[in-house]
Amino acid sequence: MPTPSLFDIMGPIMIGPSSSHTAGAARLGKMAYKLAGGDVRHAVMYLHGSFAATYRGHGTDKALLAGLLNLNPSDERLRDSFAIAAQKGISYEFIPTDLGEDVHPNTVRFVITTGSGETFEITGSSIGGGQVVVSEIDGMEVRFTGERPILITAHQDTPGVISHITALLYERGINIGNMRVTRSREDKSAHMYIELDSLCGQELTAAVRAIPGIIRVKLLLPIDESDAARKE
Amino acid sequence: MNAVQILALCRREGLSLSACAVKLESEQSGASPESIRARFSRMLDTMESAARDAREAPVRSVSGLTGGDAYLYEKYRRGGSSLLGETVSLAVACALSCSEVNASMGRIVACPTAGSCGIVPAAVMAAAASRGLGREALVDALLCAGLVGQIIGEHACLAGAQGGCQAECGSASAMAAAAVAEMLGGTPEQSFDAAAMAIKNVLGLVCDPVGGLVEIPCIKRNAGGVVNALTAADMALAGIKSHIPFDDTVEALNRVGKQLPASLRETAAGGLAVTPAGLRLTEKINGPDARPEKRS
Repeated sequence: MPTPSLFDIMGPIMIGPSSSHTAGAARLGKMAYKLAGGDVRHAVMYLHGSFAATYRGHGTDKALLAGLLNLNPSDERLRDSFAIAAQKGISYEFIPTDLGEDVHPNTVRFVITTGSGETFEITGSSIGGGQVVVSEIDGMEVRFTGERPILITAHQDTPGVISHITALLYERGINIGNMRVTRSREDKSAHMYIELDSLCGQELTAAVRAIPGIIRVKLLLPIDESDAARKE
Repeated sequence: MNAVQILALCRREGLSLSACAVKLESEQSGASPESIRARFSRMLDTMESAARDAREAPVRSVSGLTGGDAYLYEKYRRGGSSLLGETVSLAVACALSCSEVNASMGRIVACPTAGSCGIVPAAVMAAAASRGLGREALVDALLCAGLVGQIIGEHACLAGAQGGCQAECGSASAMAAAAVAEMLGGTPEQSFDAAAMAIKNVLGLVCDPVGGLVEIPCIKRNAGGVVNALTAADMALAGIKSHIPFDDTVEALNRVGKQLPASLRETAAGGLAVTPAGLRLTEKINGPDARPEKRS
């Protein structure tokens, strides 16, 4: 492999006992929290592979839930996440399962219900050293690592919607790194996932939402734990 | 980047390994040397708490399998009974503490991994305490450890699931040995001799955690790992050279890791994990149907 960074070797500062089962799990929970717009009411977490086999002993359950409460992987309150969730009236369930042959051994599928009654599904894996990758959002294949922003839309499958969205990005000088469009036969809707090369504000979300034909839009910003780390 | 190239760079520019680590990272990432040192200083804060907390008050792991040993050992060594003397017994106590804090969902610094998080802090803190060295020396030592880990990460691996425990506790021992050698006045060459000897002592060490958890035998292997690191550093400082150079030991570590069967790479399907006692403990935490070999 190429030379790793000094900080790949030393660090992260994290809550134990396992960078993939605990720190990575907390980070995945935080991504799900962001996708739910910070408004998690109920969460069902389907645990696959090594997550299913060892989640209690590794505190993977506590870490996933801590992420859903917007705690960072280095936050000592992580071990008390069950109590914090109870205080906030957030309910949760952990279900060991088998997500399939080719699925990474440390994988979780969240099914999240928000305060406004919306439901999201997000699947992600903890791939080692606390690094994570989200592989599926609402049935659409994605690859979100928390490093670059991504824009996700559900829209009517009619001409012009996508060019409208890309025009908004062009106006803001934002380059597209990667994009994918899928359609659902049942309800004539389409889903799009765009990885952006540069940062943008939530203002973009409002602009996209105003486009005729848009059903739903989400902007996932890079996961930033540095501020919290500095406060420690 | 390998040890031969690093040593050439150090000689050419008159650098220590820790200075070399900062220079390379700064060139690579664009971060200022000050900000790199500041991040290491924050890591040191976390390491110091982790190395202290489980010695002062017993902690229990999430599974309930382990805990209280750092406290027990600290009491014993303070009572003057330890065979190992002040410096080495302090290192053992600190390594146990970091590892127990990790298993109890406390805050640690992965270095290079969470499972091996006790070795580098314990070695550098005990060595610093023995010579009355302060914070700057400790930050330098951690930088030096990081550089050695970078070479292992590039040419071998650092994960138990890939290369067995030799890749985790073995790498940590090598990183710690080099760091202690530099801290106590050794040359860059002596640091790499120390790191090479540390790897040689644990080459082939398997990763066989009971129940797949970072507890048994990981906690005690951190204690063993730090003694290995201090032994290797001491030999190097005496002028003993490794007949097999560091880069070759890393190559061997990589090759041996690939030769290890999957059952001995963190799957809890071999080694201590499937001994009668290992299986009994696994049952205790997961229930009778959760033996790892039945799941696979």
